[in-house]
Amino acid sequence: MMHDAVLTVLVAMLGGAIRVSTPFMFVALGECLTEKSGRVNLGLEGTLVLGAMVAYAFSYHTGSPWVGVLFAGVAGSFLGAMHGTICGLPRVNDVAVGISMMLFGTGVAFFFGKPYIQPEAPRLASIPLGFWSHSPNLKSALQVNPLFFVGILIAIALAWSLRNTRWGLVVRTVGDSAAAARAMGISVNWVRFLTTTVGGFFAGVGGAFLSLSYPGSWNQGLSSGQGLMAVALVIFARWNPLRCVAAALLFGGAGAIGPSLQSVGITQGYYFFNAAPYILTLAIMIATSSAKHSARDMPGELSMAK
Amino acid sequence: MSDAPLATEAPRDVIHSAPPRAAESDFAVRLRANSEYVVIPLLALAIAAGLFAIFLLALGKSPADFIFYVWRGGFGTSFSLQNTLQRSAPLILTALAVAIPARIGLIMIGGEGALVLGGFASAALAIPMLGHVPPIPTLIVMGLFAMAVGGFWVGIAGYLRYARGVNETISSLLLTYIGIAIMNFFVEGALRDLTDPNKPSTKPLGKAYMIGTIPGTEVHWGLVFGLALCVGLYFLMSRTTFGFAARVTGGNFRAALAQGLPVGRLIVACSAIAGACAGLAGFFEVAAIQGRANASLAAGYGFTGILVSFLARHNPLVIPVVAILFGGLVASGGLIQRRMDLPDATVLVLQGLIFVVLLTSETLYGRFPIFKPRGERDRT
Repeated sequence: MMHDAVLTVLVAMLGGAIRVSTPFMFVALGECLTEKSGRVNLGLEGTLVLGAMVAYAFSYHTGSPWVGVLFAGVAGSFLGAMHGTICGLPRVNDVAVGISMMLFGTGVAFFFGKPYIQPEAPRLASIPLGFWSHSPNLKSALQVNPLFFVGILIAIALAWSLRNTRWGLVVRTVGDSAAAARAMGISVNWVRFLTTTVGGFFAGVGGAFLSLSYPGSWNQGLSSGQGLMAVALVIFARWNPLRCVAAALLFGGAGAIGPSLQSVGITQGYYFFNAAPYILTLAIMIATSSAKHSARDMPGELSMAK
Repeated sequence: MSDAPLATEAPRDVIHSAPPRAAESDFAVRLRANSEYVVIPLLALAIAAGLFAIFLLALGKSPADFIFYVWRGGFGTSFSLQNTLQRSAPLILTALAVAIPARIGLIMIGGEGALVLGGFASAALAIPMLGHVPPIPTLIVMGLFAMAVGGFWVGIAGYLRYARGVNETISSLLLTYIGIAIMNFFVEGALRDLTDPNKPSTKPLGKAYMIGTIPGTEVHWGLVFGLALCVGLYFLMSRTTFGFAARVTGGNFRAALAQGLPVGRLIVACSAIAGACAGLAGFFEVAAIQGRANASLAAGYGFTGILVSFLARHNPLVIPVVAILFGGLVASGGLIQRRMDLPDATVLVLQGLIFVVLLTSETLYGRFPIFKPRGERDRT
């Protein structure tokens, strides 16, 4: 009896970790790329919310959730381009601009999203990877959204191209030493503009997952800090896309504790478990930061921990 | 008196102007240098307003109507003006929660969390005191407790910044989410008032234990405390050794360390003062408006306060002016929603737009020769 309950919770946590981690993964990959070029975009929380709204709206109007995903990315890259352009101006603080973009993106999403709170939009179908099992719990836990695999592929591609391609080298050079990049004749602002724009695209797609797969509806409380936690997650993952995936799964697991316990009838402390991802993020930031020297593998141009 | 920004930003041009070629009085030089910090934010406001007008026109709404309803709903009548002042009280306090850490070089955005937690803590502390302790001492204890809890909460972010190098912007926002979760945990659990089936809340304070209004108005005392704190903290930050040391630390961290300033204590103290201001805002929301703690405490005052502080260039004496402006905007939100058939997030869009344009305008400083003393103009 007890054994069954524990198993149910663990299976639910596995499924939850996969589901909850996907938006973390996309935002973290976007932020990872942006930070690799030496700039911080704290506005991805706003990008996530706007992406969720745009995806839901386009899925509702066109009937195709994948069109929604595409336009969520476009909306995200628009916000990214805005951040990238503004921060390219001299004397502008990228962290502060990020905060303002967070408020702006959320405001725009709530403004245009109001008519879409009620209607039902077509969702993204999941792949039933649990077909071999007889356990209904495992079956439902292994309903994995294709975007999860898309995210992993992006992570692999990103990790490979940052390390092995000319573009990867350019991005890393800009992130480690803007002066060296300028000496090589690279336009630092242009590279950072591109990485912020592409990063915004990823974050927008992460938002599409929120509204079109899990939790799978659009409302104003859809994202509460996932975008921000993903930024902290990149520090933990030490600016490596593959480690970002692992860290996202860890965060997803933490976020799935509350709902999993609820599935076996433990509702006590629901709000406490809801706060688990935030507490975990903070704990990880405390553990990985140091007052004496900057974090390992950190791009040298980042303003964040200077 | 001009809206003189504090010393960290002003003297850049003033100091170098020692022998002005064409004799300009000291006052004229200062006026010239300082007016840049007034003109550029006003310009940013105007540009944001223009962009917002285009936004409204694109949606087929009239910008003139919008201005009219903001005026009507925020400032036009005695009722709406009092409503505005009521809402600007928490904005003043949450803006101070951003401005004080900004002086020491931190971008702290945890005001919302300190407000919620401070308000909740004061409501929770009041529960056993109701009916046993007279109202005035109860309210004093509640207010102090709210400040202590808020100060502790943001103080954590300051301490982590100093001791562990944790980015204070991210940690203070995380602490906000944790603070709201803590309140929900208690309000929906152990401290829930079961006699009220509607909204999970703590036990109501009751009329006798609520803070009254300023005589002759409908505005509660939070506004007076906010204004007093603005003046007090202005003097603390610009006229005392503590404030000077904090500004040195904000200007150049290594230099402050080399001077032997107690950098860690300064950072934690500034963060704690910030949290205490936001916590006090939470106390007034509980003791003067809501009468109990519930999810309505997280109404976004902490986030609007960030914008207020940035627009006031983190100057405590300018904060009340900007806070009243935005208090009016928040207060007129309902009227705009009803009369113009716009979503309630319209105000959020406008605020976000102002914030983005304002930060973009940072790039304009030092570009206009007109703000430089005469002797300097030819050199650049």
